[in-house]
Amino acid sequence: MPLLELENLTVTFDTSSGPFKAVDGVSLTVDAGEILSIVGESGSGKSVSMLALMGLLPWTAKIEADVMRFEGNDLIGMSARDRRRIIGKDIAMIFQEPMSSLNPCFTVGFQIGEMLRKHLGLGRKERRQRSIELLELVGIPAPAERLSAFPHQLSGGMSQRVMIAMALSCNPKLLIADEPTTALDVTIQAQILDLLVRLQKETDMGLILITHDMGVVAETAERVQVQYAGQKVEEQPVRELFRDPHHPYTAALLAALPERARGNKRLPSIPGVVPGPNDRPPACLFEPRCSFATDLCRRTVKRQPASLGLALCNYPLVDGVPQGHPAPAAALAERQEELI
Amino acid sequence: MSELVLQGTDLHRHYEVKRGAFSSPATVKALNGVSFSLEAGKTLAVVGESGCGKSTLARLVTMIETPTEGELKIDGIPVTGPTAELRRKVQIIFQNPYGSLNPRQKIGAILEEPLKINTSDDSATRRRKAHEMLARVGLRAEHYERYPHMFSGGQRQRIAIARALMLNPKILVLDEPVSALDVSIQAQVLNILMDLQDELGLAYLFISHDLSVVRHIADDIMVMYLGKPVEFGTAERVFSDPQHPYTAALLSATPMADPERQKERIPLTGELPSPLNPPPGCPFNPRCWRAEDKCRREMPPLMPVEGRDAACFFPLSMEKSVAA
Repeated sequence: MPLLELENLTVTFDTSSGPFKAVDGVSLTVDAGEILSIVGESGSGKSVSMLALMGLLPWTAKIEADVMRFEGNDLIGMSARDRRRIIGKDIAMIFQEPMSSLNPCFTVGFQIGEMLRKHLGLGRKERRQRSIELLELVGIPAPAERLSAFPHQLSGGMSQRVMIAMALSCNPKLLIADEPTTALDVTIQAQILDLLVRLQKETDMGLILITHDMGVVAETAERVQVQYAGQKVEEQPVRELFRDPHHPYTAALLAALPERARGNKRLPSIPGVVPGPNDRPPACLFEPRCSFATDLCRRTVKRQPASLGLALCNYPLVDGVPQGHPAPAAALAERQEELI
Repeated sequence: MSELVLQGTDLHRHYEVKRGAFSSPATVKALNGVSFSLEAGKTLAVVGESGCGKSTLARLVTMIETPTEGELKIDGIPVTGPTAELRRKVQIIFQNPYGSLNPRQKIGAILEEPLKINTSDDSATRRRKAHEMLARVGLRAEHYERYPHMFSGGQRQRIAIARALMLNPKILVLDEPVSALDVSIQAQVLNILMDLQDELGLAYLFISHDLSVVRHIADDIMVMYLGKPVEFGTAERVFSDPQHPYTAALLSATPMADPERQKERIPLTGELPSPLNPPPGCPFNPRCWRAEDKCRREMPPLMPVEGRDAACFFPLSMEKSVAA
């Protein structure tokens, strides 16, 4: 039984210009002891889907899903009270901005202790003991003194460590890290990622890593899910994804990275922008920016089997060649021309 | 040999920080002895973590602030006294295109404002120049009448580039120009920047923390740590064979988009020391795995090592020579 199962999750926001689907039929599963990475650009719905799972979205959001199960317990039909027992305890989340996720009015020790009191009902002494252990675990020097520090006295890296300590305080089975290192410097980013992976291995929890940084994905994840404009477009193990991406969007995204340009001075960019609520294409959402798109892509789009990375594409790529495309050679030539 | 457009010699910028009514103010040495030169048509990248002084350097070069010590020459003219003429030669592009464009001005007005202030062009000429510039950065003529909120991040950054180029500057300071953009958009903006450099012979001072972008675009690279350059040389040399331990650690910490690469990460413990209270000797010594007593007493000067300059008593090539 997978730890977390989401099937056909859709999140719709009521906006003044009509409903807007931020997440559109996303499915995912996570097992214990595995690192799943959700990658995508801004507006791909990667954060919103996880916030929906945590119940952190405002009331304007409408959340629908066929299945939303954690350890076999249905999260949709559950009462808010029962849900609160799981969220924060068994499923914990770390956010992007460590400085603004901590409450500036309370000490670090109080904020960690709050989790331990609410979820585990520990007494004052035990809380202090456990808080010191947690700060030690995440590599904060002189943890006993740090308990009385306020968030403004900590650096960005230290605040993120405190956030991780809080998330781990109740030994969660699933940890969701939403861009945990985006606001941090490179050397600190390396420290935090190493810490997260080490803790994940030690405690055998599931880890969902949301990021836009392909480098972070390559070095940390085991399985990767690529999202575009609210839809899942591809899912593959990390090595296979980087070696042979099946969806044209993934392929284009990887090609646009400067470090994969291989001496080419010009970077192959993706023309156009992510579609907004008012210019959503009828079938395939990537079609206006895709160099392989045909009329068929404007009418319908089909999900490929797992052997082709579950790519949401009529002409999935195999070694860069679109399968089943009416004129693959012409499409590839056109693409080459765009690069020059 | 192309012409030297920007030259800084031993630049310092210190700030005084008040520490309350009864203690004397402390000095933050945000920039502590930086020398560099930049030729027309070339890109000098300045990299380092937050607090290393790279944005202070940008503020000095754009004459937003004056150096406490040292001399800055723009296009061969020292920056002292009236700077109105010099200001036209240096323009800046900021990190966040959502904050750097006035939401109440139309794109046309944004582009024409520099001309209005600095030249005597009439309105028809200004309009013509603005339209030419829109085309040059890949925007359409109808965008002239629109407001910034109608554009995406990548388009806004193009508008910022267009505005910076309106006065035909020689030097463009790019302060993290693509950090706020998505990867696919980042590639578009980098391409435009490289095209413009080829066409107009611009010199770029490219400030970034993203080493893969820097590697792609830079000719020369200056790695800074706590207000001082620790390594300075051609991008090719510095990236393929770093000499300063900090550069090596920075490179090894940068995630590479290749899951099959065998990574050898040099773990750096601790964080950047406070610039209010820098450690004695080499500023990197508390985090350095090669530090010896000498590093804790003396500040290593920038000296030539393996075809570039590095500020380290024990550069990484020394190991090889000892072993050999």
